[in-house]
Amino acid sequence: MFRNQYDTDVTTWSPAGRLFQVEYAMEAVKQGSAAIGLRSKTHAVLASVNKANSELSSHQKKIFKIDDHIGIAIAGLTADGRVLSRYLRSECINYSFTYESPLPVGRLVVQLADKAQVCTQRSWKRPYGVGLLVAGLDESGAHLYYNCPSGNYFEYQAFAIGSRSQAAKTYLERKFETFMDSSREELIKDALFAIKETLQGEKLTNSICTVAVVGVGEPFHVMDQKTVQEVIDSLEITEERADQGAAMQEDRSPETAPMDI
Amino acid sequence: MNSIDATIAEKGLMSSEMGSERTLYPYVTGTSVIGIKYKDGILMAADMGGSYGSTLRYKSVERLKPIGKHSLIGASGEISDFQEILRYLDELILYDNMWDDGNSLGPKEVHNYLTRVMYNRRNKFNPLWNSLVLGGVKNGQKYLGTVSMIGVHFEDNHIATGFGNHLARPILRKEWHENLSFEDGVKLLEKCMRVLLYRDRSAVNKLQVWCLFPFVTSAFYPLFS
Repeated sequence: MFRNQYDTDVTTWSPAGRLFQVEYAMEAVKQGSAAIGLRSKTHAVLASVNKANSELSSHQKKIFKIDDHIGIAIAGLTADGRVLSRYLRSECINYSFTYESPLPVGRLVVQLADKAQVCTQRSWKRPYGVGLLVAGLDESGAHLYYNCPSGNYFEYQAFAIGSRSQAAKTYLERKFETFMDSSREELIKDALFAIKETLQGEKLTNSICTVAVVGVGEPFHVMDQKTVQEVIDSLEITEERADQGAAMQEDRSPETAPMDI
Repeated sequence: MNSIDATIAEKGLMSSEMGSERTLYPYVTGTSVIGIKYKDGILMAADMGGSYGSTLRYKSVERLKPIGKHSLIGASGEISDFQEILRYLDELILYDNMWDDGNSLGPKEVHNYLTRVMYNRRNKFNPLWNSLVLGGVKNGQKYLGTVSMIGVHFEDNHIATGFGNHLARPILRKEWHENLSFEDGVKLLEKCMRVLLYRDRSAVNKLQVWCLFPFVTSAFYPLFS
């Protein structure tokens, strides 16, 4: 994407029918650290990679609880994410107050998408520079949505956003068909594995990632670091076993060859 | 009396420059509504009378109305305020349907919405002069609640408004149980409505009885044919 004469204003179309400012906003999402989400029939899991400016500072908060039944993970301009999560919390609590009932996730994401769309059609505004993965529970089960700075939203079985998210997406694409019937524990393992893919060699520990779960009978909450480390450890054990199994198979093949002769 | 009212008005406590516009007394009123939970759902009964003071003026007033897919509302008190409430609910259900997303407002949500409306009106000293009964079934869950004109709201297994509170509830307390069949429920309601017809001067002998779940039906039972 290169600078051109149609990208100064969000209200200027390019001759090809594109709004460059909106597309640049989506680039901002790709700069943020990775966040992934996946869901089964009854549970939805969000996980994020924690990036800190330096060893001295604390890391950015990327996962926000919106209500007991909804949570979000963000990638991009964290400040925009904070403002949007305040809006989402406000909408949820107002609905709860009037109707004594949780706001259906599908309706919340539509309201959020409409809010984002407004910023793509006003010359004095700019699009929000943050992508949100909205995970929530509804009467019809668990849902995962992705809200774009463009005002689009999509429902997903599993998705990853942020830098190096393609590696996670590749992993998720391989396994997504099993997610609907996965158990809660399997979902969390898959989430952490996907996070591992985005790290590309770096060691996965509980200090560089955050995991949050929402499900039937389980309000949205961020998992404590000890439990996360336990799941990470069990991941490594499974990996080691898989490696050992492959090594053992290699040992067997030279044995069969002499017998063939 | 008038001079006291005048001094209050002068102090501007309850009036604006243009003069106060708030409901002071009801004009055309409906009497009791009774609702019970039975084994499969909800049964509600109300007579079809609209009284103008002590005159039994209107005898075909429908005081029970279905709301959305899951609920039933019954109102006693000022009939015109009930019609206003129906307009609010109509708009609410319309916007809910316009989402077209598989979610729908259940009786609990409608009850709470009405509570907010009634309470807010009461706070402005301009109440909707009604006692409402809200019943419904959603996803197999039965719900029965009431809201008064001052915003008092609660749920229970059997609800009555107006004179029904004094005449019908004792009967319901004694004879209601969890596993009422449809026929027994109707008989119980009929017993209560009969007592009300005997003892409530504003009752008329034409009823509306609605049942919710497994299907929404309406039946008109004249007590004396």
